Amino acid sequence: MAIASQTRDAEPIGLLDRLRNNRNALGLVFMLPAALFLLVFLTYPLFFGVWIGLTDVKVGRPGEFIGLENYYWLFEDHVFWLSVFNTFLYTVVASIIKFGLGLWLALLLNHYIPFKAFIRAIVLMPFIVPTVLSALAFWWIYDSQDSVISWILIEAGLLTETIDFLGDPNNARASVIAANIWRGIPFVAITLLAGLQTISPSLYEAATIDGASEWQRFRHITFPLLTPIIAVVMTFSVLFTFTDFQLIWVMTRGGPINATHLMATLSYQRAIVGGALGEGAAIATAMIPFLLAAILFSYFGLQRRKWQQGGRDD
Amino acid sequence: MTDVAVKKPAVAASEGGMTYLESIPRKVVVVYIPLAIFVFVLLFPFYWMGITSVKTTEELHAHRGLAALWVYEPTLENYYHLLTETEYPSWLWNTMFVTVTSTFLSIFCAVCAAYAIERLRYKGSRMVGMLIFLAYLVPPSILFIPLAIMVFELGIFDSNWALVLTYPTILIPFCTWLLMGYFRSIPYELEECALIDGATRLQILVKIILPLSVPGLISAGIFAFTLSWNEFIYALTFISSAENKTVPVGAVTELITFDVYNWGGLMAGAMLGSLPVAILYSFFVEHYVSSMTGAVKE
Repeated sequence: MAIASQTRDAEPIGLLDRLRNNRNALGLVFMLPAALFLLVFLTYPLFFGVWIGLTDVKVGRPGEFIGLENYYWLFEDHVFWLSVFNTFLYTVVASIIKFGLGLWLALLLNHYIPFKAFIRAIVLMPFIVPTVLSALAFWWIYDSQDSVISWILIEAGLLTETIDFLGDPNNARASVIAANIWRGIPFVAITLLAGLQTISPSLYEAATIDGASEWQRFRHITFPLLTPIIAVVMTFSVLFTFTDFQLIWVMTRGGPINATHLMATLSYQRAIVGGALGEGAAIATAMIPFLLAAILFSYFGLQRRKWQQGGRDD
Repeated sequence: MTDVAVKKPAVAASEGGMTYLESIPRKVVVVYIPLAIFVFVLLFPFYWMGITSVKTTEELHAHRGLAALWVYEPTLENYYHLLTETEYPSWLWNTMFVTVTSTFLSIFCAVCAAYAIERLRYKGSRMVGMLIFLAYLVPPSILFIPLAIMVFELGIFDSNWALVLTYPTILIPFCTWLLMGYFRSIPYELEECALIDGATRLQILVKIILPLSVPGLISAGIFAFTLSWNEFIYALTFISSAENKTVPVGAVTELITFDVYNWGGLMAGAMLGSLPVAILYSFFVEHYVSSMTGAVKE
């Protein structure tokens, strides 16, 4: 080894050698594959999408720059405003319930229970099974004639006729929100559980000795220590609920009478089904400000986490 | 649930902590019953999916109410029909091909990027790390329209390659972020020793870093696999002919015949499409959970 390095020192150091030992040059080479993908298929389309939103491109027809005309149109369009309303309703209601039930499930799983690992594994099932396929199961569960929920409620004497889950606007909203909650609970619960497990039991012991009730222990130990992770989990949850497409598209396609159209499904409806790419892109672009707001919230949530934990300052 | 609770005291004594403060009847009401309800609600749709998929059409219409919760004459006819008379096998193959290819592509890109960001620490690497995290937050539902136009102009519309090239944009940010965490935990000294012994950066990556981060690679791989198996909006937009579809898109667009709902066949399709991820997941639960929680904790 020593001889090898001596002979190497004797050679003049070429450009290639210098590059090989330069962090920045090496960094560039290592970053290249990922950067190529992300720049070509993520960053470029992001800006290209904003541009398409300013044109009147249709499927099979190159468009022209029309400025903000798509947005003027959308501003007058009550279906667009309905989809904005639906998106907010869907996101707010589903997120709050997902958070409440998810936190509850996490607290339950944090108790000492037999077969904990197994229960945790099956609880996560709704999250890993492809959304579209479980949405099909929900579609069947919500069938207007043959819904299993209606059957059982009728048999129990609680109902006289079947519930029209997806045919009535408000029922449809409640039904898709319920399906979204069903799918979202495991993610919230399992990630919060990971957070709960990092809280030292001695804190609870100390509080119990000081006479704290169960609620006080939750309010003054669990919740403050969990806040940072709650902020991150809920940002993810809100972000993915806000941009949801799959559940709605499978179960209602935005119907009945647009009552469940979200901005994402309306964008798909107008752009791909209707062929108005420009208008669809404008709807998609209109989601960006809300996403940015959620991301900023996440950023400050993360910041807060560092000082709360005494700061791994990296 | 309850007979499990009865056995508890002996275990609780050895488990220690404050569990002795909880009485058993109270724990049944406060913990086990709510937990049982949660588990029931979270799993019922899968049960219903499975039980419907093995029913004949006659049976599906014969029983309603509680009687429908069981199957009396189980049949695999729905599965047989699915695999022999529809394009389902080719959807399975497409999904498998696209998922595996894009997962490996993404892991390769993510390993290189994470190593560069975490270990080479080139100028601006922290900034790039942050941007990659932001990229993870860009949802497919705002990219599918421009991507559809790009895919069309590249001439790969309606082919597997359209998906192989676009899925990594969803997977790379996540995998990179996850692997950065793993690489960070490997001591610098190992790398320094290797550098002194004359190893190149590539050798260090392949012979030192990668073997030490196998759990991280598995986690990232599993998560990437389920994410791309799950993907819907790109596959729905970029693929038009029936034989090129993926399982989720095929199930939604081709199996639904609007005149007569073939619930048994549809549920069989959903079941069969869920199986690969469910099996993979059951083998690597811990890796999966750690990748999911790791991404949030970082």
